[in-house]
Amino acid sequence: MHLGVSESMRECEYSQISTRSSTPMETPYKKRTPKMRKWESFPGRNKFYCNGRIMMAKQTGVFYLTLVLILVTCGLFFTFDCPFLALELTPVIPVIGGVLFLFVLGTLLRTSFSDPGVLPRATPDEAADLERQIDVANGSTGYRPPPRTKEVVINGQTVKLKYCFTCKIFRPPRASHCSLCDNCVERFDHHCPWVGNCVGRRNYRFFYMFILSLSFLTIFIFAFVITHVILRSHRSGFLNALKDSPASVLEVVVCFFSVWSIVGLSGFHTYLISSNQTTNEDIKGSWSSKRGKDNYNPYSHGNIFTNCCAALCGPLPPSLIDRRGFIQSDTPQLAPPTNGITMYGATQSQQSHMCDQDQCIQSTKFVLQAAATPLLQQQSSQPVILTASPENGGSLPGRTSLTLGGPCTSLPLGQPTPPTSTPSLSCHEATDMLPIHGHSHTHNHSHPHQEPVAHHHFLTPEEVPSPPGMLPCGSPLGHSHTMQAGFYNPASQDSLHEDSVRGLVKLSSV
Amino acid sequence: MAETHSLQDMRQQAAVAAKVFIQRDYTKGTVCQFQTKFPSELETRIDKQQFEETVQTLNNLYAEAEKLGSQSYVEGCLACLTAYTIFLCMETHYEKVLKKIAKYIQEQNDKIYAPRGLLLTDPIERGLRVIEVTIFEDRSLTR
Repeated sequence: MHLGVSESMRECEYSQISTRSSTPMETPYKKRTPKMRKWESFPGRNKFYCNGRIMMAKQTGVFYLTLVLILVTCGLFFTFDCPFLALELTPVIPVIGGVLFLFVLGTLLRTSFSDPGVLPRATPDEAADLERQIDVANGSTGYRPPPRTKEVVINGQTVKLKYCFTCKIFRPPRASHCSLCDNCVERFDHHCPWVGNCVGRRNYRFFYMFILSLSFLTIFIFAFVITHVILRSHRSGFLNALKDSPASVLEVVVCFFSVWSIVGLSGFHTYLISSNQTTNEDIKGSWSSKRGKDNYNPYSHGNIFTNCCAALCGPLPPSLIDRRGFIQSDTPQLAPPTNGITMYGATQSQQSHMCDQDQCIQSTKFVLQAAATPLLQQQSSQPVILTASPENGGSLPGRTSLTLGGPCTSLPLGQPTPPTSTPSLSCHEATDMLPIHGHSHTHNHSHPHQEPVAHHHFLTPEEVPSPPGMLPCGSPLGHSHTMQAGFYNPASQDSLHEDSVRGLVKLSSV
Repeated sequence: MAETHSLQDMRQQAAVAAKVFIQRDYTKGTVCQFQTKFPSELETRIDKQQFEETVQTLNNLYAEAEKLGSQSYVEGCLACLTAYTIFLCMETHYEKVLKKIAKYIQEQNDKIYAPRGLLLTDPIERGLRVIEVTIFEDRSLTR
């Protein structure tokens, strides 16, 4: 089901087009209500279903495999082995099997679908405040400061808190940033592809119960399928028994290979729970006595029983990301930003993370726009119209020009325009940036671009882009096709593209 | 949202001068606690003791939410036995305490902070990372 993502993409496009500007423009899309739920603009790489109720990682293929394996094996067991066993031995067997199966399924779905304890990213104000504090502490100079850490003493142990550059927060102890989901997760255990989600503070107990019950179920099925085959072979011989219930062979094979890994995993996690460690900490050996004589786990409650109770029966914190809440479009950003780039960078990065599967398209469009830039710089005094894209043969037709309503007012990036205008740059096209060199043609206009077409096409010579230069001057554009221009996103990929594009344009403008 | 109409009005009328963020205090581990250190930006606006009392009360409430006691164990076991369907009917202890916290913050805002041109934001709206104190421009106060 990729509806969630694509739907959110479409909704982004729709809502952004509708909130864009006062100019009437032809848009093929019908106007949607701008009320979006927060999950639709969630910056991490997660998939949401059922209008935000279900949350999973991006790659869910292995999860479906897990589901299929469990369903098929249990299905075969109930269909082929249970009737025989119920008659021969006792009908309690299928009942217990059924209960175990339902429990396994329930805990699996609960683990996969719930929020593992994702920490929401810092608001722009918070990020700016933190940056300021860090700069003050560092005595900032031009060079990039070293990775930021804070030390804190917990129960006598010194713990380093790392700064997360993506989420712009100092991670709480035991939290870690999952690179697959692009989120910081509290009490991060590991990212489990089998359940298609991270395992963290909020779903660790479900994960543990899942693997524990699955071990029991696997052993249960394995044992009773063997019993079934043995009983049958007493009657009619081994080979006949296998012929009569061929499914049993498949079940035995699946269970045999699963038992080792799952039972082993359950044992490992039982150890982790009893010592109140996460997989992450255990692998790194954070609290291992090998590191030092005084190294101990500051989070442990002292005895195994309390640790187990705390992990399995302790209070379950609610989700910190309000998935189903509505986005408040009036969130005030009234204070002048202390660090404009950070502020807008934050919102931009949020936007750019939303649909990163379009990075290819983004970068191509970036190439297009970057191609226009040198022309702007060179011919800023004359009207110019850019008519072709470099990939259309790589050569721009004779008179390439871009209409400019005079030199753009170089709006500083730190301009306190309301951030609702920044999201108006389409969700995955927020990274369509003109490389702003010298800020002579900054296009961080509050005026949203109106380009619906170039999502999946390249600009053809017919699609004459309207002058981006006019936009900051406030004049509305009637043209439906615009050069997409936006904020300078200090993402690293842009500078790479920038360089390659310069080369392209130099070639083409000869 | 912990805002009343009067607070919203104030917000719309007054301009935000600055925002102060009270960070988390991790010295007790992963439990939710906030630093009680009094930020210098608020020195002119509010009494130090008053502010510290607010933060300390919040800390106590959060500690109560995450407390490991017989009540939480019973709730946990019951939930497990009912396959967590029980939470369709009732809310968790943590959620109940969060509601209490929201009420407390609103009450504090109404009584103490709004008259001084300050606004406390419920930490849950900031992912329990910070207590955000918004300082409004105070043109009416003569000092």
